[in-house]
Amino acid sequence: MGAGRLGAPMERHGRASATSLSSAGEQAAGDPEGRRQEPLRRRASSASVPAVGASAEGTRRDRLGSYSGPTSVSRQRVESLRKKRPLFPWFGLDIGGTLVKLVYFEPKDITAEEEEEEVESLKSIRKYLTSNVAYGSTGIRDVHLELKDLTLCGRKGNLHFIRFPTHDMPAFIQMGRDKNFSSLHTVFCATGGGAYKFEQDFLTIGDLQLCKLDELDCLIKGILYIDSVGFNGRSQCYYFENPADSEKCQKLPFDLKNPYPLLLVNIGSGVSILAVYSKDNYKRVTGTSLGGGTFFGLCCLLTGCTTFEEALEMASRGDSTKVDKLVRDIYGGDYERFGLPGWAVASSFGNMMSKEKREAVSKEDLARATLITITNNIGSIARMCALNENINQVVFVGNFLRINTIAMRLLAYALDYWSKGQLKALFSEHEGYFGAVGALLELLKIP
Amino acid sequence: GSLTKLAYYSTVQHKVAKVRSFDHSGKDTEREHEPPYEISVQEEITARLHFIKFENTYIEACLDFIKDHLVNTETKVIQATGGGAYKFKDLIEEKLRLKVDKEDVMTCLIKGCNFVLKNIPHEAFVYQKDSDPEFRFQTNHPHIFPYLLVNIGSGVSIVKVETEDRFEWVGGSSIGGGTFWGLGALLTKTKKFDELLHLASRGQHSNVDMLVRDVYGGAHQTLGLSGNLIASSFGKSATADQEFSKEDMAKSLLHMISNDIGQLACLHARLHSLDRVYFGGFFIRGHPVTMRTITYSINFFSKGEVQALFLRHEGYLGAIGAFLKGAEQDNPNQYSWGENYAGSSGLMSASPELGPAQRARSGTFDLLEMDRLERPLVNLPLLLDPPSYVPDTVDLTDDALARKYWLTCFEEALDGVVKRAVASQPDSVDAAERAEKFRQKYWNKLQTLRQQPFAYGTLTVRSLLDTREHCLNEFNFPDPYSKVKQRENGVALRCFPGVVRSLDALGWEERQLALVKGLLAGNVFDWGAKAVSDVLESNPYFGFEEAKRKLQERPWLVDSYSEWLQRLKGPPHKCALIFADNSGIDIILGVFPFVRELLLRGTEVILACNSGPALNDVTHSESLIVAERIAGMDPVVHSALREERLLLVQTGSSSPCLDLSRLDKGLAALVRERGADLVVIEGMGRAVHTNYHAALRCESLKLAVIKNAWLAERLGGRLFSVIFKYEVPAE
Repeated sequence: MGAGRLGAPMERHGRASATSLSSAGEQAAGDPEGRRQEPLRRRASSASVPAVGASAEGTRRDRLGSYSGPTSVSRQRVESLRKKRPLFPWFGLDIGGTLVKLVYFEPKDITAEEEEEEVESLKSIRKYLTSNVAYGSTGIRDVHLELKDLTLCGRKGNLHFIRFPTHDMPAFIQMGRDKNFSSLHTVFCATGGGAYKFEQDFLTIGDLQLCKLDELDCLIKGILYIDSVGFNGRSQCYYFENPADSEKCQKLPFDLKNPYPLLLVNIGSGVSILAVYSKDNYKRVTGTSLGGGTFFGLCCLLTGCTTFEEALEMASRGDSTKVDKLVRDIYGGDYERFGLPGWAVASSFGNMMSKEKREAVSKEDLARATLITITNNIGSIARMCALNENINQVVFVGNFLRINTIAMRLLAYALDYWSKGQLKALFSEHEGYFGAVGALLELLKIP
Repeated sequence: GSLTKLAYYSTVQHKVAKVRSFDHSGKDTEREHEPPYEISVQEEITARLHFIKFENTYIEACLDFIKDHLVNTETKVIQATGGGAYKFKDLIEEKLRLKVDKEDVMTCLIKGCNFVLKNIPHEAFVYQKDSDPEFRFQTNHPHIFPYLLVNIGSGVSIVKVETEDRFEWVGGSSIGGGTFWGLGALLTKTKKFDELLHLASRGQHSNVDMLVRDVYGGAHQTLGLSGNLIASSFGKSATADQEFSKEDMAKSLLHMISNDIGQLACLHARLHSLDRVYFGGFFIRGHPVTMRTITYSINFFSKGEVQALFLRHEGYLGAIGAFLKGAEQDNPNQYSWGENYAGSSGLMSASPELGPAQRARSGTFDLLEMDRLERPLVNLPLLLDPPSYVPDTVDLTDDALARKYWLTCFEEALDGVVKRAVASQPDSVDAAERAEKFRQKYWNKLQTLRQQPFAYGTLTVRSLLDTREHCLNEFNFPDPYSKVKQRENGVALRCFPGVVRSLDALGWEERQLALVKGLLAGNVFDWGAKAVSDVLESNPYFGFEEAKRKLQERPWLVDSYSEWLQRLKGPPHKCALIFADNSGIDIILGVFPFVRELLLRGTEVILACNSGPALNDVTHSESLIVAERIAGMDPVVHSALREERLLLVQTGSSSPCLDLSRLDKGLAALVRERGADLVVIEGMGRAVHTNYHAALRCESLKLAVIKNAWLAERLGGRLFSVIFKYEVPAE
């Protein structure tokens, strides 16, 4: 399987850059008015629905009065865009249970005049983020995901995708303080549970006002937007052909031209499942607490691994059939009465009831079984939801799927097999970043 | 999977008391002290279903057990189901020299499930976390279909059952009991399933799981989220530098698996629009911990729309089904079955003092015995609403005060019962020894019930009485009161002509009251009540008249006599169904004169007596002899019997109480055929402990004398208070 090793040692540029960036403090000059934008529209907190594991389904949510407008850019329009445009830097933040996802728009159309006016701290942020691929010991920029030559609010630039563990959030806030972010009078649009959890820290430590956004709104916005801009000329959405056959398996582009209705399965630490009927009309169907956090957490306990990458790498070398009890282990073959194939898992970790078998498995086998168990379960719940909601295309997103071809192929296969070809599993290149993208779009008030 | 469940059918030889009339041919007079009939003890063979379960590791021991019990049988084929049927086929064939017929697992499960739902009262229950006890039993619903069965063995199977033979596997999951056990063993180094559950019951999952409040901080409150919801199972264990306790990990694992199963079950229930979901399989197996988590999950995911139901005998479903399949040529479905309380282990206890060792023991070896009843049992056609009929008046599982009283009451009465049992078999050398064994067994059952009142379903006075009868039978005391009944019947028969003469001398209105008083006075003679048995023991000549004097003066505690009298002034009933109580004075001097009056009014009478002995209750066979003897003295009864205006039938029961939802099919047919429009139920057992609140579609009379001071007080009266409840259904 193609699970690359991304857990390689990282450059440590962060600290050096950080110290060089502490002098800025002047008023930003990017905007003629030189004024901070109107406070961003706050979503009523009560409208939020848990995007987390075991919470109940939400009611269908309709959003009215979204923005609309022609793309033709008249002079007037440019002018109004300029006025509406928030100050740089443009960030979107998604603070999840395990990972923080940060998208950063790097303007590439900065005029000489602008550059001159750009405050030092802003410049240093731009340089820091774009010239490094790793930040501190745990921050990573997913260079391969960078979207080039994007036009956002009339500005051209590149969109960068950065992630770091949520437990490093305090360090991130500290860095914001050290770099005097608050002097930029920027607004941090943040979504995810952490937007609430860390709101006070942002304010008291970093003197930064967070704009908290509903994570499901952001997620859907982000997906639809990213799908519409594509992936540097390639398709954003894809599927697997012959997912069970390592020889013939192919990753193929999928044109999501008829996106609705859509079942959206977001696999982060936990899992949320949404039924999306239109851009503004969706509901949370259900969720499960058995998600990426469960896979990684159990792997840590069972194998002593320390990173997600390591867990996946072990899984790629393991054999789950030593751990799981298959239908054929019980029935000697297929269980024909119910049309269950012999290879199907009858009991996850079922072989581990026996002492001898416990002694005979490797850590790799256990990692593989954990991955298979969690993945199959998500597939099964997603399939039931698709049936109940009468939806046949299912898009799986979330950072659990990052570099996780095993899981994606398994989801693709399981969905196809158990639905007898009725359901299609789709994936998206920027799997974990949609919430953050949605937050950025909110900042820019892009509908 | 991991447990072997064995069902076998055996014939059980035990002693039964038979009564037989003397041959009176050639005699025209009776001698003064000759008993009215003779009693003999005979060996009788009844069929019994046995179910045993134990862990697979004991399969060889199990096979030895079967072998020992198979001597002299003609069995050539053994029915086996479950994955193990494939695994152990050769071993079984070699060891037992029997052919193994592998039966389909799910077919067997469903058959077993249908069987227990139909045949075992209080089989299904819901689990309620904060009530005491936590189990709430469901009354048997006459329509059991459709339902969803979620079987949690090593994996999970979800089956939709639509009819007796139609069902469909709708889904499953590999995350089941095997996952809890296997993964749990890896995480905690604890090998036994029960120990894992025990660990889980002491753990704190919030140390391992990432909760909503961990993700949202304190803000979950303002967002209206429950901070305790699990966002990510094991989400906190994704760290290298922290140790987690076994208890916490086991708890987290338990929650993860239970929630997952509950969620899938709800998704399937919704897809198929079903609201009854039964959970079975070894993961549940009476474990309060798993029942609690599954119930929580179902309530959470279905928002209360789906009910999680559990079965007392879930562990046996497959074995019962395999057995039923094998026995199809002698279709057990055509019979009715009764749970034998003496031979069955009860449901597991939730009491914390029960350590894993004890759990493990009952988990590895557990019994259920079902007696095949002679005839099929059905609902009384006159029940107003069969689904909502509950025979028992007081739920002792619910009512701790009443439970305490009755358990003590039965404990205190035990000496007397033992004495009587020994006395009933003066010629038997081992009677004392057997009686002592009976005492031990029943005492132990009572102690179990003190700890686990839910062990055999809803605990009631009826179940306590029935358990005592089952235990007596177990030690070959089929009818400890046979001699007492014989003597009393003899005495009462001699009084019959005099009683009838004095009744006939009364005016109509006086006579009606006298008849009712006679019914009630006869009812004082009840060996089941300790207060009475004390009096009778010390003064056997306690007479009919004396009993009448003991009765409360009108107005009675419950008194609708005036309405009854008014009714009697109207047109006669078409047919009365009377459930008789005691032998002797009660049936002969109380019931028969009353029956005679009804017959004279032109009302037909169906007199229903117990099929088997219970206390001093009159049995059907005794009633036949008694009727025959009365017919010899009384032309009214004589002609009514001959013209079939008086019919004697059996109830199908051997209980001192009465369950109107389990009555002999013949009785039900007769009630329908004759168009019964009056039901008379007499005695504390049948009209107070049970059926006090029973609603019928026709007129009914419920009469009893309260011979228990505590109960009398509870009902607001005193000892020997009278209940006379005449009810007319609302139009």
